[in-house]
Amino acid sequence: MAVRKKSKIKASMGERIFGVFDNLLIFFIMIIMAYPIWHILMASFSDSSELIKNTGVLLLPRGFSTKAYQLMAKNPNILTGYMNTLFIVLTSVTLNIIFTSVGAYFLSRKRVMWQKPIMVLIIFSMYFSGGLIPSYLLIAKTLHLNNSYWAIILPSLVSTYNLVVMRTSFASIPDSLEEAARIDGAGHITILVKIILPLSMPIISVMILYYGVAHWNAWFPASIYLKDRSKYPLQLILREILIANNTSSMANAGAADIGDALSVSESVKYAVIVTATFPILCVYPFLQKYFVKGVMIGAVKG
Amino acid sequence: MGKRNDVYTENRNSLRKRIKEDFVRNRSLYLLVLPVVAFYLIFNYGPLYGALIAFKDYKPQLGMWGSKWVGFKHFEAFFTNPSFFKLLKNTLRISLTTLVFGFPAPIILALLLNELKSQKFAKIAQNITYMPHFVSLVVICGMLKAFCAKNGIINYVLAIFGHEPANLLVMPEYFTTIYVASGIWQEIGWGSIIYLAALTSVDAQLYDSAVIDGAGKWRQLISITIPAIVPTIITMLILRIGSIISVGYEKLLLLYNDATLGVADVINTYTYRKGLIDLDWSFSAAVGLFNSAVNLIFLVSANTISKKLSDTALW
Repeated sequence: MAVRKKSKIKASMGERIFGVFDNLLIFFIMIIMAYPIWHILMASFSDSSELIKNTGVLLLPRGFSTKAYQLMAKNPNILTGYMNTLFIVLTSVTLNIIFTSVGAYFLSRKRVMWQKPIMVLIIFSMYFSGGLIPSYLLIAKTLHLNNSYWAIILPSLVSTYNLVVMRTSFASIPDSLEEAARIDGAGHITILVKIILPLSMPIISVMILYYGVAHWNAWFPASIYLKDRSKYPLQLILREILIANNTSSMANAGAADIGDALSVSESVKYAVIVTATFPILCVYPFLQKYFVKGVMIGAVKG
Repeated sequence: MGKRNDVYTENRNSLRKRIKEDFVRNRSLYLLVLPVVAFYLIFNYGPLYGALIAFKDYKPQLGMWGSKWVGFKHFEAFFTNPSFFKLLKNTLRISLTTLVFGFPAPIILALLLNELKSQKFAKIAQNITYMPHFVSLVVICGMLKAFCAKNGIINYVLAIFGHEPANLLVMPEYFTTIYVASGIWQEIGWGSIIYLAALTSVDAQLYDSAVIDGAGKWRQLISITIPAIVPTIITMLILRIGSIISVGYEKLLLLYNDATLGVADVINTYTYRKGLIDLDWSFSAAVGLFNSAVNLIFLVSANTISKKLSDTALW
């Protein structure tokens, strides 16, 4: 995103002082934003017994060690959690993209009588909802989806915000393309798959990122619907290790003896954080230029 | 009289004809969108219908229609509950603190980024500030737990100012600050994108002519920059006010503990505990419905006021 173009007029003294102050302030903000993430990364490569003694700033690992990662790799809970999360994310995002693009395609067509009422129906649901408890009863009791991944995947099939963003993007594609295809006898599915989607790859990437991150990071639906520990996604395992401080699930897993496990557990926590966050921060630079575009399309009121 | 009837029948016929024509023309389109509409009806309007249990004594074995109607009994029980005012106070305190500090933060960041001379530096700064948005809440709360611990980094910094080290997460007086500050840390960069987008549309010549007219930085900010982002600010503010009593319960559930429950328990977390832990279905549905209704009232009011005063509105 471009920052405002430089003025051709020479800056006054006051302006130059402001400029220096502004740069310093932004630099300070950058440090505050980046430091916690850096701290976690360094702590994960530290030796636990050294780490416990550390109180202040952590610029480099204390007693460099990859033991935390080795121990973590041996933990079956984390591996299954990872696999479960991957399964949920891949299934969900595939369905999300199909449903959202179909919905956006419908809402971006011209001369469709029931489009407006359907739009109102969709938008209203964004502003008023039945609440947590009726949703839970519907999914768990009426639809009997308890302990099933569908309880997590189905309720988040379409995000209204994303749908509106995608509709705005689809609506900007010239009608003439659709009309030409129509004359050649193409149906709606052909037009959507062969014309609209190939022209919308930037917005599709944004959607994959938005939906993907949301599913990767979600823990609450899984915590209320899933009963089997073997089905837990990564974030629930993380919650046990990080929040409930349940290192016993670590202790009986990888370590040779309990003492070893306890001394390692401190840095294992950080290693777990890094492993869980790493995949997202990895794809992030590649999609970065697209998602800013996504926010801007969303800003144009739908 | 007869004539008017003719017109009426004709209108009705033409409406019927139009519906028919529309259906013939767009049949395959409606067929295509059917699953999406079905999704909205089941998963968004289903719970809305299910919220009727707030007016019943819902028992799962009796089902929705077998359970007895009780009118506003559960709402009255909630309003007369001793914890009602505590919940409302906590909700408003956390929500308003977030609004007062969290709402202007991305705007200020956007303004500061916008004034940077080096595009390269601005880009790096943006990329770093967006990053925390993608970190999961579980990880954020895990980090907070480590940083707020007695030997954590925050205590290390506070010790410089003469504070005794303590586990900050079990101290009620710090809870709101920790909750709000970590929220700002996570969302300030991401929230600034929308304002930066509005700022890039400002014509640079406006600033040049302002300088010629003798306007300083402050004057330019008040007369050019701020007016350019006012519509965006108002839109975001309406949306924010529309969820004024919906405090993000997922983060609170991860962050609160027995020691801080007194200040951290809000309407949403109470709904969760009453419903999913105590299985008090009808009562918790009533609390949730109250929450949704208050939000809708705030949203509609904010939108109406804004429409009158500034022409900016959601609908």
